[in-house]
Amino acid sequence: MSTRLLALRAVRLAAAAFLLGGAAAYADLLNVSYDPTREFYKDINAQFAADWKAKTGKSTTVQASHGGSGKQARAVIDGLEADVVTLALAYDIDSISEKGGLLPADWQKRLPNNSSPYTSTIVFLVRKGNPKGIKDWSDLIKPGISVITPNPKTSGGARWNYLAAWGYALKANGGDAAKAQAFVTSLFKNVPVLDTGARGSTTTFVQRGLGDVLISWENEALLSIEELGPDKFDIIAPSYSILAEPPVALVDKNVDKHGSRAEAEAYLNFLYTPIGQKLAAKHYLRPSKPESADPADLARFQKTTLFKLDDVFGSWAKAQKTHFADGGVFDQIYQAK
Amino acid sequence: MPGLTPTLGFTLFYLGMIVLIPLAGVFFKASGLGFAGLWKVITSERVLAALSLSFGAAAIAAVLNAIFGAIVAWVFVRYEFPGKRLFDAFIDLPFALPTAVAGIALTALYSENGWIGSVLAHAGIKVAYTPLGIIVAMTFIGLPFVVRTVEPVLREVERDLEEAAATLGARRWQTVLRVIAPAVFPSLVTGFALSFARAVGEYGSVIFIAGNFPMVSEIAPLLIIIKLEEFDYKGATAVAATMLVLSFLLLLTINLLQAWVRRRV
Repeated sequence: MSTRLLALRAVRLAAAAFLLGGAAAYADLLNVSYDPTREFYKDINAQFAADWKAKTGKSTTVQASHGGSGKQARAVIDGLEADVVTLALAYDIDSISEKGGLLPADWQKRLPNNSSPYTSTIVFLVRKGNPKGIKDWSDLIKPGISVITPNPKTSGGARWNYLAAWGYALKANGGDAAKAQAFVTSLFKNVPVLDTGARGSTTTFVQRGLGDVLISWENEALLSIEELGPDKFDIIAPSYSILAEPPVALVDKNVDKHGSRAEAEAYLNFLYTPIGQKLAAKHYLRPSKPESADPADLARFQKTTLFKLDDVFGSWAKAQKTHFADGGVFDQIYQAK
Repeated sequence: MPGLTPTLGFTLFYLGMIVLIPLAGVFFKASGLGFAGLWKVITSERVLAALSLSFGAAAIAAVLNAIFGAIVAWVFVRYEFPGKRLFDAFIDLPFALPTAVAGIALTALYSENGWIGSVLAHAGIKVAYTPLGIIVAMTFIGLPFVVRTVEPVLREVERDLEEAAATLGARRWQTVLRVIAPAVFPSLVTGFALSFARAVGEYGSVIFIAGNFPMVSEIAPLLIIIKLEEFDYKGATAVAATMLVLSFLLLLTINLLQAWVRRRV
């Protein structure tokens, strides 16, 4: 490495360290991810470093940054030099491509399974013994049921909750969009507080003791139960829910600048290897290759019929525009009053 | 005047770097919308609702703080009681506490299952997740501004003046109203303005207790975040620029009022 390159690299690392608040300054790869994957990527990063060392003889470190998915996407657009992004929804990576021009528009076709090495779904967390008898989406719109879910305008994860409810209502009403809108409107009438993020909603439900049901990602629901003890909450799987696909992508402009393309590619591919898949299942994410996972881990997942976002809404861009854009369906729910 | 050039130069340079250039950036970005676009954003029903909530709640909180902060300052200056130093330190806590911590603590207290919230719920009053909760959070973070600006001024009011007033036959309330109040009033106005300004821009603590319902309990800073989530940078800066202009006009009015009062005293 020439002195100049070394200097450049030092500057880049200093900048990254500064942006990350000075924590763990040295890293070869920067993975910008969202909130609930913290523990998962801690394991992955350690395993990947060992694997990379065994294969190439070079040591490497991966730094992971976590935060709200949309906020992380904006940080990358505004100059956080992520080599790879692993976010909660494709729309956020679409935005990095569209607004930041950092990767091509067809990024989602570059890796298997819509670039989602692991998936999840939307389930209900209820209080132990399910005192309100909540079994399916239709129970959430009953009078007197209090539903906790974050604001889909500020929480990317919560957009999956909303879309799952919409998909159910559409199917239950034979594809009638007006009826689906009425269903989702009554559902949000039962929401006493719109927290800005998923963590906030979990706090409201778990610590404040508010609400009868928390709409949540399956991995977060399982994580809450592990952390708080199985004697406090139950997980209920609705009859029909959405296949949540949190995608991963290489940020082309940044890896070319850093000369880290090979390593970044290996890192993303590592997520699809048996070790990566096994770790995903361990951390409550549904592996795309279940045969690699521990059967005991797989047994924790709820059995439910899942639909794909693309099949019902066309694409993330369309779903975003119709439902969550300024003046979209979600705004109408609150402004129609 | 000797030294005017370097001091003025330094002041302008410093203000420019720290305050004016970043603020100019906001207006520059917002100006991308054009006047008609800007007008459309800020006169939309939802933005108007958020702005009036933010400024209205902040004004109420600042009035509450001006009244009770003045009383607290009075007690600290005029009375001795056990644990005074300790309470004195507590006053500054809202300065130091991370706002998110304040928000979470207040929500825990005021939610329907919290210590205070459960009592109020019996009386049919809901604080958390309503505009009332927003006022509570804003009052909390604004209190030290009033106490800390009024306290030193109150300490400077000379007892001799009060005694003189008394010997001249003034009743106690007349002394308070005619002697003490005019001396303290400018600092009270400063405290009010600081508390108000802080409350208008407050995000961290309010967001946990507000409920965040569009048109009801959605503060203007949250609307800015929502617009950023939609990658609507121009819309976000339009709301921000409006808040800046409104705040500036209000603070300017308060400063002028203060100058006017000072001249009359």
